[in-house]
Amino acid sequence: MTDQGIGARVLRKEDKRFITGKGKYTDDIVQPNQAYAAFVRSPHAHANVKSIDTSAAEAMDGVEAVLNGHQLTGDGIGNIICGWGITSKDGSPMNMGAWSALATDKVRYVGDAVAVVIADSKAQAQAAAEAVMVDYEILPATSNVLASMKEGAPQIHENAPGNLIFDWEIGNKDETDAALASAHHTTTMEITNNRLSPNPMEPRSAVATFDESEDHYTLYTTSQNPHVARLVLSAFYNVAPEHKLRVIAPDVGGGFGAKIYIYPEEIVCLWASMKTNRSVKWTSTRSEAFLTDAHGRDHVSTATMGFDADNNIVGFKINTKANLGAYMSLFSSSVPTYLYATLLSGQYNIANVYCDVQTYYTNTVPVDAYRGAGRPEAAYLIERMMETAARELGVDPGELRRQNFVREFPHQTPVIMAYDSGDFAGNLDQAKAAADVAGFSARKEEAARRGKLRGLGYSNYIEACGIAPSAAVGSLGAGVGLWESAEVRVNPVGTIEILTGSHSHGQGHETTFAQLVSERFDLPTDNIQIVHGDTDKVQFGMGTYGSRSGAVGMSAISKALDKVEAKVKKIAAHVLEASEDDIVIEGGEVKVKGTDKAMGWHEVGLSAYTAHNLPEGMEPGLKEGAFYDPTNFTFPAGCYICEVEVDPQTGVTEIVQFTASDDFGTIINPMIVEGQVHGGIAQGIGQAMLEHAVYDDDGQLLSGSYMDYCMPRADDVPNYTVSHHSTTCPGNPLGMKGCGEAGAIGSPPAVINAITDAIGNNNLSMPATPSRVWAALQQVSAAQAAE
Amino acid sequence: MDMSGEYRIAAPIQTVWDAIQDPEILRGAIPGCEELEKTSDTEMSAKVSLKIGPVKAKFAGEVTLKDMDAPNSLKIEGEGKGGIAGFAKGGADVQLAEDGNETILTYQAEAQVGGKIAQLGSRLIQSTAAKLADKFFANLRDELEDS
Repeated sequence: MTDQGIGARVLRKEDKRFITGKGKYTDDIVQPNQAYAAFVRSPHAHANVKSIDTSAAEAMDGVEAVLNGHQLTGDGIGNIICGWGITSKDGSPMNMGAWSALATDKVRYVGDAVAVVIADSKAQAQAAAEAVMVDYEILPATSNVLASMKEGAPQIHENAPGNLIFDWEIGNKDETDAALASAHHTTTMEITNNRLSPNPMEPRSAVATFDESEDHYTLYTTSQNPHVARLVLSAFYNVAPEHKLRVIAPDVGGGFGAKIYIYPEEIVCLWASMKTNRSVKWTSTRSEAFLTDAHGRDHVSTATMGFDADNNIVGFKINTKANLGAYMSLFSSSVPTYLYATLLSGQYNIANVYCDVQTYYTNTVPVDAYRGAGRPEAAYLIERMMETAARELGVDPGELRRQNFVREFPHQTPVIMAYDSGDFAGNLDQAKAAADVAGFSARKEEAARRGKLRGLGYSNYIEACGIAPSAAVGSLGAGVGLWESAEVRVNPVGTIEILTGSHSHGQGHETTFAQLVSERFDLPTDNIQIVHGDTDKVQFGMGTYGSRSGAVGMSAISKALDKVEAKVKKIAAHVLEASEDDIVIEGGEVKVKGTDKAMGWHEVGLSAYTAHNLPEGMEPGLKEGAFYDPTNFTFPAGCYICEVEVDPQTGVTEIVQFTASDDFGTIINPMIVEGQVHGGIAQGIGQAMLEHAVYDDDGQLLSGSYMDYCMPRADDVPNYTVSHHSTTCPGNPLGMKGCGEAGAIGSPPAVINAITDAIGNNNLSMPATPSRVWAALQQVSAAQAAE
Repeated sequence: MDMSGEYRIAAPIQTVWDAIQDPEILRGAIPGCEELEKTSDTEMSAKVSLKIGPVKAKFAGEVTLKDMDAPNSLKIEGEGKGGIAGFAKGGADVQLAEDGNETILTYQAEAQVGGKIAQLGSRLIQSTAAKLADKFFANLRDELEDS
């Protein structure tokens, strides 16, 4: 057997080119006769565009064209759309405001593009963009939901009165109200989930080429889902029909959700390429990334949880107000609804859950999915509620959770999701043992002698991945099906190419997908190539997001491998004159079990293509495809325990220990999974303690650079203790659940629960900066002094 | 953001009042001012070069004098565009009071910035703006007392 199959710590095949600087990213693509685009962006959050004077810019050296929104819409380029329709409580559809890739009459956030300059060099394009004179009539602006929902707030879109996009609900309202009314104890909290910038290392980029002779477009772009990009560019934005548009997402340096969506810049580059008959390249500056990459989170919620006299949860009611920014991005509507509120039962058996969600326009960049997308907001809400309730009830927070855990599967929650598997108590026990919770009080006393406040916090998260049965998401408003496709090509020499519709931008698919094949055919991973990210090579696929590439993408590969395996066995049985049932594949050979009769793996491949001696009626070749549509979401879950020390003099918090016990189902490559968990927790710690995308009241972005937007660095995070306690997912052939987002979903509440435990004040918001922690400590001192 | 200050100027109130509207004196007093021309009794156009944090930009803008109550008070309003660097606008209420042969000038100013200056220099804007306002009135006093 090769030692590169499922469960092996195979080093990442892709890392050699990445760490030696040989990766090929969109900005590395250079096309003949390539021009550069620079966008003219609004410095105002909300303004009418009265006129645009391009004459000075057009006269500058190297300028090919200066194009505006009226020309774009005049050429029939369609408005940018949101692909998931949400219906309000009263049955009305959501109020989607028009979003043109270049603004025509009105700008709605700082960074909204009003014109584009195409020039011979990047410097010439930027200089000319500066010379475009736009006459703005400045309008009052709003930058957060609480301002947008106020009577008399500035109106951002005509068709969204009061800036309301939709008012949606889920769960059983009357029963939840009744349960809370009869509860023995209730815990109520106001919880804010802070707005974040996504910050993939590689900024967004696009290179568009129009080939006049073929009437054909090619777009290289930083996309997590090139086929979805082609579909939307073609069907909704009318850039070109699908068979005349090739989208290639080559190496992509991180996405975190921000590269799911089709942004104005890609559309404009394609259109400008046609207008100028030149290739057009644009690469975002980091400043543009802060301004224009879709932000994440930004919820304001009020929640009440009720308990009976035995501390069983009887009801949970939540109201959430979500900021979707100035326009509705591609999947923005699904994030604060079906990706969020459907997880509000957490790991707990709660008979009554009700959540209503109002979403609003604001004069800020659009908000959409960011690593976790809705599930971090749900986990943060529930897990802070559980910890706070335990403190109010005077019981151990771990044990309050344990008492309320779902223990029997499948479990139907009141909010759509039906959990298929899990062992929540097993994860709790594993994490408690690894974190030495029993020794915590001694560590706390020791810290106190050093003048430090030590605290411990839990987070028992559950999330939903592998999104999801196409018919189910279709019934909930999704505009696409969420299956995945795969094609397995065995070449005549026996090497294998796997074509997948999922996309790797840091996840390590070239390694893990090859391991799956290695396991099946007992071949070294060097003989296996993963092909993805090119609509001309892979027929169709839905891309990578929502931790779906393992559970959905690999399941499709597995189905295609089934078909290849069956054909290989048929060929070998025919050549070796044996029964198909007796054929086994191992050690690079296809053998007849219990005999010395065998063919080399490569000989089977060659036989399939020479077709000199195939079974009667069999088609030549060895290539199979499959589409896989999941039967359910998958439900990764786990227990995270964070331990912190706070310096009461300064409010500075140090994470001294972070322990994770995750249930991801089957794990293909533990090293890669641990890497995903490490990265996810680092992002969660970033949200909990450091990161905050801030707009002032006029809609100016204040956190527009790394001087003001604080990313976690190596010295902000501890050495993690990660472990796995897994149950097999019954919903897919591999038993996988997904691991890409768990760390970012589970960690923020563990961090905040630990800090609030240390300082003795539940009233603390993310990011828990030293100044906020110090202020919360002063509240405690003031309250004690008043007593 | 809001700023305020008070200056004692060793010049009579009418001299100070005239100076505030004199393009020559204003050109010397406005920090970074490269050009300033009077376009009417109450309007001027100006070019000012400024550095806020990492952003250096040349602003082209208009200055308007309003609510004039000679020689006691007026409002100075300005608005400038700095191209890709963004925009700045602001205003100052200025009051003059006679104190013997000297004049006490007080001001309350507010300023607003947007675009790249706001994104890159937000932490520095309050202090920079306060410094600039202070420097303007200090320059004005120096010009008057030197002449």
